[in-house]
Amino acid sequence: MIKLTIDRNCVEVPPETTILQAAKKIGIIIPTLCYLQGKDPIGACRVCVVEIQGGRNLVSSCSTPVNEGMVVFTNSPRVRKARKLVVELLLSEHEGDCQICDRADDCELKTLAYSLGIRESHYVGEKPKRSLDTTTAALMRDSGKCIKCRRCVTVCNEIQRVGALFPQNRGYKTLIGPAFELGLDDVPCVQCGQCAAVCPVGAIVEKSHVDMVWAALEDKTKHVIVQTAPAIRAALGECFDYPPGTLVTGKMITALRRMGFHAVFDTNFTADLTIMEEGTELLMRLKKALVDKQPVALPQFSSCSPGWIKFTEYFYPEFLSNLSSCKSPQQMFGAIAKTFYAQKKGVRPEDMVVVSVMPCTAKKFESTRPEMSSSGVKDVDYVLTTRELGQMIEAAGIDFRALEDGQMDSPLGLSSGAADIFANSGGVMEAAIRTAYEIVTGRGLPTENLHIQPLAGLQGIKEAALKLEKVLPAWSFLEGVELKVAVAHGLSNAAALLDLIKAGKAQYHFVEVMTCPGGCIGGGGQPRFTTDEVRQARIQAIYKEDEGKSLRKSHENPDVKKLYEEFFKDGPCGHKSHELLHTHYVDRSDKI
Amino acid sequence: MKQAHQNPSENPPTASCGCSELSESEMLKRLDVIIDTYQSTDGALIPILQAAQNLFGYLPKNVLRRIGERLHIPYSQVAGVVSFYSFFSTNPRGKNLVRVCLGTACYVRGGKEVLSAMQKTLGINIGETTEDKMFSLEVGRCFGACGLAPVVMINDDVHQRVKPAKIKELLGAYRDAKQPTQEAAAC
Ligand code: SF4
Ligand code: SF4
Ligand code: SF4
Ligand code: FES
Repeated sequence: MIKLTIDRNCVEVPPETTILQAAKKIGIIIPTLCYLQGKDPIGACRVCVVEIQGGRNLVSSCSTPVNEGMVVFTNSPRVRKARKLVVELLLSEHEGDCQICDRADDCELKTLAYSLGIRESHYVGEKPKRSLDTTTAALMRDSGKCIKCRRCVTVCNEIQRVGALFPQNRGYKTLIGPAFELGLDDVPCVQCGQCAAVCPVGAIVEKSHVDMVWAALEDKTKHVIVQTAPAIRAALGECFDYPPGTLVTGKMITALRRMGFHAVFDTNFTADLTIMEEGTELLMRLKKALVDKQPVALPQFSSCSPGWIKFTEYFYPEFLSNLSSCKSPQQMFGAIAKTFYAQKKGVRPEDMVVVSVMPCTAKKFESTRPEMSSSGVKDVDYVLTTRELGQMIEAAGIDFRALEDGQMDSPLGLSSGAADIFANSGGVMEAAIRTAYEIVTGRGLPTENLHIQPLAGLQGIKEAALKLEKVLPAWSFLEGVELKVAVAHGLSNAAALLDLIKAGKAQYHFVEVMTCPGGCIGGGGQPRFTTDEVRQARIQAIYKEDEGKSLRKSHENPDVKKLYEEFFKDGPCGHKSHELLHTHYVDRSDKI
Repeated sequence: MKQAHQNPSENPPTASCGCSELSESEMLKRLDVIIDTYQSTDGALIPILQAAQNLFGYLPKNVLRRIGERLHIPYSQVAGVVSFYSFFSTNPRGKNLVRVCLGTACYVRGGKEVLSAMQKTLGINIGETTEDKMFSLEVGRCFGACGLAPVVMINDDVHQRVKPAKIKELLGAYRDAKQPTQEAAAC
């Protein structure tokens, strides 16, 4: 251990700790702009400078390791002056229209300028060329607001292994973005929005659907319904100053109703439906392989996460047939809302507006895919991120914290705990196994609390194996089979897993991939800022929601059962389900 | 959205470098040989870019894409590296290289006006090439003819006391010349 003094406090930390981390340990928050948790510091912004007694120059605390006996000042006049200068210089190049900026509420630069007491601009710099990139369905980039901290570059290249963003040019002319100032849509961007989640300023934000949704709610000729993804309930509270991991399901429902939605439904319902379809698909694939001895693509990959789908389409087209043909729960919802529910309601699909609230920006893209119009019109009309919903609730003057709890509407509102955990990395797999194990053996999953411990948590790649014994006669071909599964989150982990599978170094039956680190709870549309501690808190909340339900398994959802009895009469993966609930994929490898 | 650069073109670089007898596929084959040579070395990207620029005279986008694909480096990163070093050029050189002097003497005696007239007449910025590949525009730092400022060099010819109004005429002579005064540097 190394002992040092920071602002007259003694602190003891392991070697290799940085000054920034050591300070945090004793409750001193040093401001940062380019630093990104868990990644090597790049030391670009110099906002995190501190003074070391006896040292001639200030050092950046994010990249300087502690030393025995070091005496550090994080708030000396010299430090304050230096930080102020750095931020003033950044502001001199910045298109600072805070009042109308998407980040007015949570901008790190604005907050920093304020807390450093900068009240006038001393430097009038020449502003670099400003260009707007609106080429994708999900995101907008404004080079005039970019402070070149490169967090997005790290995320896009290292965490997502996509590489759409990179510093272009040099010095004053540096631009962070795709090659040759192309739009994001002209390079293989999967629209995950992880760049927007880490950007400290308003340089990358989601494309807002807020105005469209208000307009739809005002339109008397439309029946406007909303679905909320499982990950929203564990994060929306953060928009209203609840600590991360506060469940606000009931208040969220009441708020949506007050905003004027005609029915408040749950994407969880179609998450349960997904388990029925995807589980059946897996069992069919296994039968084909083990009984019919026919060539079949295994492992089967989960298909709920649209960023992951697009990633496979760009970089691993050889695995497209491994992707489950199931639509994501969002799109299954849109398809049945505008058919099954529309018929029930006597509303024409063109008079119905389906709004989704998603933790994800890629869902905005997914809803625009041409395959996603099974009802004859666009199945999902608008997609709001958690942040956008928070903003709308505020605009509507709704005192969120004072709301009573509400209940989801029927018939697309009831869900099992298995659907809740779709929000977490490992959750789709756990939900699938809860159902598949019971279908095949006739017995409930024998694990504690129905959880599959090795698949939970934030480790990048997780594995589990489950021996199937004493199976029901219909599934005798699975007797003694060891079901092998894997889970990856963050596309760099997914890519590493795919490379192992490709090289024959790993074999599985079923693989779950979520685009964002931690799964949907860490999605690109969630309230900022998502650290690992925030991820853990949201994951805990989701497990709590799951465990608090009497209904824990997708196949036990009575409304899902009814849907099969009344509508998808030929069962999971039947003809009608194929029309509405399944899709196909596009090889995009020529676009990289 | 700002339009992407009009130059460099995505087209095969056959015509501009004097190796027009090589087809695009042959060019890319030669590029593959270069890539094969360096691929296994660490930091292969920069030597490959250098060799490719020697081969093609500049770095067209399809060449950059191919290099990225083969090295498993994202296109945006390859472009980022290329745009970091002024040594690399992604614009084909035109038949005639126009250099406007912006040394001190030329600058104070109207070099800047000459430059902007040149940009306007050619319709390109510094470092670019006209669409018909006739002219490339660059800025120079003193050609040693300060007494006769402002000076413009076109290929090897020095033009003195250039007036913005005369630029059309000046360029016209080169445009009309059947043979370019100087073969563009490449190959
Ligand atoms: S990015 Fe931040 S500082 Fe810049 S305009 Fe937006 S809120 Fe203001
Ligand atoms: S959305 Fe995802 S893939 Fe696209 S630039 Fe951002 S981080 Fe990269
Ligand atoms: S876009 Fe945002 S995250 Fe990326 S470099 Fe600019 S300011 Fe940083
Ligand atoms: S946060 Fe340390 S240099 Fe930017």
